[in-house]
Amino acid sequence: MDWLDLLIRVALGLVVISVVMGVCMYSVLAERKVSAWIQGRVGPNRTSLPIIAAIPVVGRFLTRLGIFQPLADGGKFLFKEDVIPAHVNKIYFVLAPIIAFVPALVTISVVPFGQYFDAAGAVKTLILANVDVGLLFIFAFASLGVYALVLSGWASNSKYPFLGGVRASAQLVSYELAMGLAVLPVFIWINGPGASGSLSLVRIVEAQHNWWFVLTQPLSALVFVIALFAETNRLPFDMPESETDLVGGYHTEYSSFKFGFFFVGEYANMTVGACVITLVFFGGWHPLPGFDWIEVAGMTGWAWLATGIPGALIAFATFAAKVVFFLFFFIWVRWTVPRFRYDQVMSIGWRRLLPLAIANLIVCALGIAAIDRFL
Amino acid sequence: MAVGIKVLERKPLTWSERMYLPEIAAGLRRTWRLMWKPKVTIEYPEQRPPIPAGYRGAPTLVMDPNGREKCVSCQLCEFVCPPKAIRITPGEIPADSPHAHVEKAPQEFEIDMLRCIYCGLCQEVCPEEAIWLQTTYSITHTSRADFVHNKKKLYEMGGTLPDEHFKWDKKLAAEKHGNAH
Repeated sequence: MDWLDLLIRVALGLVVISVVMGVCMYSVLAERKVSAWIQGRVGPNRTSLPIIAAIPVVGRFLTRLGIFQPLADGGKFLFKEDVIPAHVNKIYFVLAPIIAFVPALVTISVVPFGQYFDAAGAVKTLILANVDVGLLFIFAFASLGVYALVLSGWASNSKYPFLGGVRASAQLVSYELAMGLAVLPVFIWINGPGASGSLSLVRIVEAQHNWWFVLTQPLSALVFVIALFAETNRLPFDMPESETDLVGGYHTEYSSFKFGFFFVGEYANMTVGACVITLVFFGGWHPLPGFDWIEVAGMTGWAWLATGIPGALIAFATFAAKVVFFLFFFIWVRWTVPRFRYDQVMSIGWRRLLPLAIANLIVCALGIAAIDRFL
Repeated sequence: MAVGIKVLERKPLTWSERMYLPEIAAGLRRTWRLMWKPKVTIEYPEQRPPIPAGYRGAPTLVMDPNGREKCVSCQLCEFVCPPKAIRITPGEIPADSPHAHVEKAPQEFEIDMLRCIYCGLCQEVCPEEAIWLQTTYSITHTSRADFVHNKKKLYEMGGTLPDEHFKWDKKLAAEKHGNAH
């Protein structure tokens, strides 16, 4: 690998990180706006930049939409006093927000954003690192995120963060099982006899060029979505945070930029979660289920749409639209469903979701075996 | 059983309700519809809420249409004021004034808006209809001293009461006809 190649890779990595950070910032805005709309309010609509706000219609529209609000929010986090209470364990206290933030950004590196044919007709994938263990890599790093919650809970040395940390460790461990079991049928399907084994996310999406897995294995998708809500600490599963009964849960003692790291880390996890659910169950960059649009385009003389830059743009736009929908779905659910009680969370995880995932795995495995044998 | 009390029967949850997911879907449908409803927010500095009739805002002093201050500093409001927000320094009206027959007017009239509870007793008790509660509800100053509204400020806020009553002019006319009271 020469220096230029390395430089290009670093630049691409920075671009992806900035895009993800932008998505995180604007998901915060979306959270505030959607919650406001659901509750009959208007949401943030005052922040504006001097020059852009002076543009006659557009400036006012953007201001009313709160487009500049994330700048104000971020600036506030930067300039507030960063309090480290005297009673905390300083090393772990500082380490926790970093751990909350970094794994979320690491996982994004194995997420493919789209696919197109280059001029020579070869398939190109828009991805930072096409590792063969894709989904396993994401699971591994995403589960590192629980250390952030547990560490901050213990290091804060105060009761509410402690309770939050305890809840986090119990909840995240419980739901990871169901989550892992929910994706197994998908891998059984794509790793049929004769095919070389792979956990690659690209392979999963390619296997959905015709029918999405949400249609062929709806129960897996359902279990996966529920477990994803629990893993990203989103309502109705925001046990570790539960600001109404634990003040702020694990981040009670945090302020300023450290709190900002937790906050952005949560939304980065949410973004990666939306990417993963899109890739694994909702067809990734394939626009519609039921037909392979690239084949159809090839037959009707629109093949140039799938090649080069147009192909990449269409694939990425399709993928991005689905991710945005799922981000909206996360927010929408949050402002609809009240939080579960702690014992209910445990009961759903162990007594409902896990048996359901195991049953689903068995049924899917038998079904796939039957298809292999008789069809 | 008392009239008007209706005891609702608590039905056990149906199967679909216990499954929870259909109920979540129903909730999502409802919040989706709420999202498109008109907003109830009043965007305050630009939009103001409608003031209901009989609203009790800041107490002020008023003048009559001839520009005479109606207050005769009888100090009834000062006595009745529950939080003791009003302080009146009575004064004489100079003999060369056209309203000299009224005899008294406040030399200084202070209402401490940090104490005022907007109860309206001052307006109710005033025999001269000189003190009126206005609809002003946003009283903002930058120092505690500014919150003590003095006479000038109170007349500024109160203005003129367009009430053609002229009680003291009638009294003066009656007195000149030798028919006082």
